[in-house]
Amino acid sequence: MDWSVIWSNRQLFTDGLWATVLLSLAAIATGTLTGLLVAAVRTSRIPLVAQLARVYLEVFRGTPLLIQMLFLYFGAAYLNLAGITVFGAALLALTLYQGAYIAEIFRAGIEAVPRGQWEAARVLGLSRTQTFTTVILPQTRAIVLPPLVGQYLSLVKDTSIAVVIGYVELVRQGQAVIDRAGDPATTYLAVAALYFVICYPLSLVVRRMERKAVIA
Amino acid sequence: MTTTDTTTVEKTVARISLSGVHKRFGALEVLKGVDIDVEPGEVVVLIGASGSGKSTLLRIMCDLERADDGDVWVNGVPLHDRKRAPEIFGQVGMVFQQFNLFPHKTALGNVTLALLKVRKLSRAEAEERGRAALARVGLAEKADSYPAQLSGGQQQRVAIARALAMDPAIMFFDEPTSALDPELVGEVTGVMRSLAEDGMTMVVVTHEMRFAKDTADRVVFMDGGVVLEQGPPAQVFGNPAELRTQQFLHRVLDT
Repeated sequence: MDWSVIWSNRQLFTDGLWATVLLSLAAIATGTLTGLLVAAVRTSRIPLVAQLARVYLEVFRGTPLLIQMLFLYFGAAYLNLAGITVFGAALLALTLYQGAYIAEIFRAGIEAVPRGQWEAARVLGLSRTQTFTTVILPQTRAIVLPPLVGQYLSLVKDTSIAVVIGYVELVRQGQAVIDRAGDPATTYLAVAALYFVICYPLSLVVRRMERKAVIA
Repeated sequence: MTTTDTTTVEKTVARISLSGVHKRFGALEVLKGVDIDVEPGEVVVLIGASGSGKSTLLRIMCDLERADDGDVWVNGVPLHDRKRAPEIFGQVGMVFQQFNLFPHKTALGNVTLALLKVRKLSRAEAEERGRAALARVGLAEKADSYPAQLSGGQQQRVAIARALAMDPAIMFFDEPTSALDPELVGEVTGVMRSLAEDGMTMVVVTHEMRFAKDTADRVVFMDGGVVLEQGPPAQVFGNPAELRTQQFLHRVLDT
């Protein structure tokens, strides 16, 4: 293997790394928010909305992310939905797809909190929203964090699917390097290593939060 | 005592007024027409075998359960009126068998949460009131402890302080000592006694017959979803009129 290929193309790699990090962080934020919202709705007592949330879950967990992304980008272009960018379509697809999984993680956490917690808060006069945010959600941390880490890691790796709609991220830049210099072995190894560089610290950070949650 | 007229003034004077209360869970009819009035400052203890409906009755009084039928007035709020029922929250205190403390908050955090979020007090005011409430139950020095660091008796006293801090018009206790080791029961009933002496209106579901005897103004014996017998403790314990009451008391006192 010729490691000089990596050094001489470092600009492409860092550009790709940055693009992947950007999409990952954005999708983690929006996916988590979506998941929380859907979980809250799922555990609420409004049957119609809860049912709609269920349909959303089943659809987005039951179809491939690849197809969702292709549909959202090329489908939107075909339908003349103006203004959808490659980044926007990738983010939207990742958000909806990962949000569905994250919602189920939060729901499991919420349902593990004893009903007595809701009741105590209710008699004290807290609203449902106040109870959810200040009483229930903090108690889900220890239950939710471990599967959430796994979901975030899979999200980071799923950003590579955005290559099919032309988002220039790590994999796409790797391919550019190969086009230019050959040596797919070294290049793909470097790409894989860079994914690991994103994922491992993420895993460490969340694990630290997890330890704190157990103590509290 | 009460009539079907739901607008009379007398009912808002009485702290609690229930009439014709029915409640069923599926096929099981738990309450079969209960009438109860509780006066300001009165301490009423509900006794009866498990399944007699006493806990359900208590939960109806703080709107954790909804009566299927009948009128329920608590502190001037008609709980049978679904629009107005939520007014009751924050006005009454509830102490649960399982404490239901918020495990992620300290004792002080538990006591101040509703003061901050519901009463909208400043943090300084809330903490002052919270510390006073903890001192009232003898736990001033445990303000910074988490529930898991406290004994069961201490946890239940924090739960009482949490309810007290809201300055409730009425305090409900749902088997407050049933989850405690026997040697920890006394510290909780002690706090409850001192609340009763201070004139707090209280409705208590308990199996602690000693507490019922020496603290209740009135003992209500429930059986099969109805109030079978009620009166001052001396009368209900000393000279129960109903055979079912005699049998129940015989079981719980002589074993």
